[in-house]
Amino acid sequence: MGKTLFEKVWDAHSVKTLSNGQTQLLIGTHLIHEVTSPQAFGMLRERGLSVRFPKRTFATVDHIVPTNEAVEPYSDSLAQGMIEELRNNCVENDITFFDTNTGHQGIVHIVGPEQGITQPGTTIACGDSHTSTHGAFGAIAFGIGTSQVRDVLATQTIALNELKVRRINVNGKLAPGVYAKDVILHIIRTLGTNGGTGFAYEYGGEVFDGFSMEERMTVCNMSIEGGARVGYVNPDDITFEYLKGRKYCPKDADFDQAVECWRNFASDADCQYDDVVTINASEIQPTVTWGITPGQGIGINECIPTIESGETQSARASIAEALDHMSFEGGSELKGKKIDVAFLGSCTNGRLSDLKEVAHYLKGKKVAEGVKAIVVPGSQVVAKIAKSLGLDEIFTEAGFEWRGAGCSMCLAMNPDKLIGNQLCASSSNRNFKGRQGSPTGRTLLMSPIMVAAAAITGEVSDAREIFEF
Amino acid sequence: MNENSITKIEGRAVFVPGDDVDTDRIIPARFMKCITFDGLGEFLFYDVRYKEDGSKKEHNLNDERFSEATIIVGGNNFGCGSSREHAPQSIQKAGFNAVIAGSFAEIFFGNSTNLGVVCVVVGDDDRKQIADLIDKQPELVVSIDLEALKVNIGEYSFDCLIKQDARKSLLEGSFDALSELLEGNSEVDTVVSGLHYIND
Repeated sequence: MGKTLFEKVWDAHSVKTLSNGQTQLLIGTHLIHEVTSPQAFGMLRERGLSVRFPKRTFATVDHIVPTNEAVEPYSDSLAQGMIEELRNNCVENDITFFDTNTGHQGIVHIVGPEQGITQPGTTIACGDSHTSTHGAFGAIAFGIGTSQVRDVLATQTIALNELKVRRINVNGKLAPGVYAKDVILHIIRTLGTNGGTGFAYEYGGEVFDGFSMEERMTVCNMSIEGGARVGYVNPDDITFEYLKGRKYCPKDADFDQAVECWRNFASDADCQYDDVVTINASEIQPTVTWGITPGQGIGINECIPTIESGETQSARASIAEALDHMSFEGGSELKGKKIDVAFLGSCTNGRLSDLKEVAHYLKGKKVAEGVKAIVVPGSQVVAKIAKSLGLDEIFTEAGFEWRGAGCSMCLAMNPDKLIGNQLCASSSNRNFKGRQGSPTGRTLLMSPIMVAAAAITGEVSDAREIFEF
Repeated sequence: MNENSITKIEGRAVFVPGDDVDTDRIIPARFMKCITFDGLGEFLFYDVRYKEDGSKKEHNLNDERFSEATIIVGGNNFGCGSSREHAPQSIQKAGFNAVIAGSFAEIFFGNSTNLGVVCVVVGDDDRKQIADLIDKQPELVVSIDLEALKVNIGEYSFDCLIKQDARKSLLEGSFDALSELLEGNSEVDTVVSGLHYIND
């Protein structure tokens, strides 16, 4: 019987079985950022340990970087302290750091792929739950806690349980105006926020076969919002084409050899999955969240659920809590709700293709009065290419603020925050209470094009009625 | 067994209602602008406990009756969202050493276990009964017995579950895996030698 990609990668990286039954798993590639790594370096120093494979850790700074302030010291001294701490830790331990002055800084999940560090058949860990993004390349990639960041620095391994594999097929063709973001919001809505606990999600089917790498990354990125720590797509020619020529990828004949090796990691045709789910692409609508978990999503033309529609006591309590926080009435339409802020960016949707797609439709349009709209490229590389294509001008002419690279308003560890109970149309990944910086702030997750539609009309809108697809 | 071994957790408990209690709620991101985990305890569930003007909200976590609690009783999918270890660190630093929930998000569960914060699963009906019991008698001691896999409170006893490997690590006091991982250094070199992307 054949094996899944997950099993092949797991087997290739298993060191041994630990005394409690977990596997000691080799982490081939380790990514770090300023929020979850300083304490780990502190723990190493306390125990007198050094970094065992410094060449296998790569650092960038993203969460705390102000996107409207390029010169240090930053006005937030805590942020300044964190970037300096990371800088020092990288210098002391001989770790490659994509610092703000390199032209390569950006959100860790955008930097890894664009530098060619993210490769098929590898294990990738980072102290960040959206590390699942890198699974788009056929890597087994997942978020870890800071104690495990310490473990990777000291040993290049962690203790982990093997996961089951659920194959998720999305067959057929997406309708115009329906994007990768809608696919993952639909999957989470269907399988639940904890449906993936204990599973790695393997995404496939016609829709994924046709997706670009950036679209695959958008879906894999939000696997964790469905409870799946790992999400991946089998590597194929689209993957190899994306990687060719990237800085940290093998070159020339070595690249061809690597492709042969990478191809072999793909799940075998006769492999056995622990579960299979099949979704028809034509069912997927532009999807928007109305509540406080990424699973609380509906098609743009559906109504917000009523409390009574919850099937269990706890489901009804969850709906009630969400309606209360969002100040929405059960049974009302999501379409037409006035927004205050439009945020385009994040590790989910801050890539070049996201910006290009929106700019294409935004040309000649204007952001509605009273709406604060910001666009935040996911990395300095994305920003540079976007500028060379004139995208920044299209955005600023439409009334968007063009910002520097960083996590920005996805989690508000920087000056980009909601104020009071502002309602934000957001291309990010989490709509938790307080996520965007204000405890009473309200987030609506949606695709970049839906963010643009909301920005232009000043209210939640069906992009298909605003733009011509 | 060693001095870190955890066989039983005993203490008063507080009920934190709701499913999908995420790690942003456990510790809002704005309190993560720090380079150590020191002092995170005071920010635990900050926005659940305080209004924006700094005054206290009405919540069990602000209720004097539960001020001595060392065990959290939560809902389903507890700890979902971010991988931030700041979440279990703040729980531990605020004086809690166990969470009883309907289910746990995977990364949170692992991070908690690594710190010796015990996370056990108890069914919905039983948790509701536990919540009712502690609401009526906050001074009742809740006991989580990892050997017998029981949660005992007053005259009642409920079954609880925990992943087998986590249970073993807690019972044996080996939940911090680093020492054992370091012992594997030579085996690590062998695995590395077979992986081209690490050698080149």
